[in-house]
Amino acid sequence: MAKVYEVVKVFGTVGSPFAKRVQIALELKGVQYTFFEEDLRNKSELLLKYNPIHKKVPVLVHNEKALVESLVILEYIDEVWGSDQPILPQQPYHKALARFWSKFIDDKYMPAITKAAFSANKEEREKGSEETVEALEHLENELKDKFFGGESIGVVDIAAGHIAFWLPAIEEAVGLKLLTSDKFPKLHKWGHEYTNHPAVKKNLPQRERLVAFFKARYASIITASK
Amino acid sequence: MASNQEEVTLLGVTRSPFVCRVHIALKLKGVEYKYVEESLFNKSDLLLKYNPVHKKVPVFVHNGKPIAESLLIVEYIDQTWTHNPILSSDPYQRALARFWSKFIDDKVVGVTSKAVFTVDEKEREKNTEEVLEALQFLENEIKDNKFFGGEEIGLVDIAAVFIPFWIPMLQEVAGLELLTSHKFPKLYKWSQELINHLVVKESLPPRDHVFAFIKRRYESLFISK
Repeated sequence: MAKVYEVVKVFGTVGSPFAKRVQIALELKGVQYTFFEEDLRNKSELLLKYNPIHKKVPVLVHNEKALVESLVILEYIDEVWGSDQPILPQQPYHKALARFWSKFIDDKYMPAITKAAFSANKEEREKGSEETVEALEHLENELKDKFFGGESIGVVDIAAGHIAFWLPAIEEAVGLKLLTSDKFPKLHKWGHEYTNHPAVKKNLPQRERLVAFFKARYASIITASK
Repeated sequence: MASNQEEVTLLGVTRSPFVCRVHIALKLKGVEYKYVEESLFNKSDLLLKYNPVHKKVPVFVHNGKPIAESLLIVEYIDQTWTHNPILSSDPYQRALARFWSKFIDDKVVGVTSKAVFTVDEKEREKNTEEVLEALQFLENEIKDNKFFGGEEIGLVDIAAVFIPFWIPMLQEVAGLELLTSHKFPKLYKWSQELINHLVVKESLPPRDHVFAFIKRRYESLFISK
């Protein structure tokens, strides 16, 4: 439980899957924080002060010490706020595997789905779809329990949150069908379990708003490419 | 502390800065290991078995259990062999080290490759600008410290070994000016300290071998024109 003199701030946007990772982790640890919603077209002075290098969200500020990069922040949260609800495994090999899959999600899955949905060029989008499916296949094979973390959610589940909630919204908005239940039965089930987890449920954006956001983004890209 | 019946293997290629990171970490800890040179044009069954997802090096195998991704391997080594720590015990310092190591991977190593190995002048210019910007951030970060890790080398120094050893060769081959002592005096000074560190010196590949590879790769870009 956070002590009274701890001041925790999170800078993010309502729809950002990366900011949500941080919020879910803090929720799991029972840490109180203030959420600063940013407008990325008009970044606040505070954001630029705390993240002068990348100028992005999320930023975690703990007693005036700023950290960026969501996966780095998750490890920090896990190390600072105790092991009641550990996010990462303690054992070094399992920890390395958990980090590997979290990194895989950021390095392979995220760029692929962005390419699949939001590339101006049709061939690029098709290539992106193939790459997304490939990434999902690796994750489907990796999932052996209720969650990637076993019986309870862990860092890989939190990192993979995009797949459970943002991906279906993107699919609806742009007309893709990638995460099908016949091809990915385990991931499908996992998505259900994950979004219904109390710490996650509290921290999901509004689906309709998300779909509308993606629809608008897709439309502007298609228009621009004509 | 790991026992003496450990089986430690590193799969790599001599020229790779990522593999070099793992050599440094293992030598820093005094761990005995077997090194296997891979051919990336003819990947071994072992490599494909141990890294089916990326099929890349380095791959680190400890008592039959494989790990891929150089920075993850270095952290694993640090946690398994706990003397001569590579990371601080303070969570905030650890987080900063992880941030800067990722920064080096994303903004320095990858982008320098893009700046060098291209025939497109615009790509070269754009990526060169990005690298210079990244080096400036590192210049600001090193301040007057001997190493990013303080008095001893740490995770960030290990991650950044690309800068003092590979960048000078890459910039020479491509005719670029990236790491110079007048542009980045503090970073340059750090780079010389790192290159001359006993463990790093032992871990670096032969310069001629790496230079020849870089030159061949660079020249092959222009052959088809």
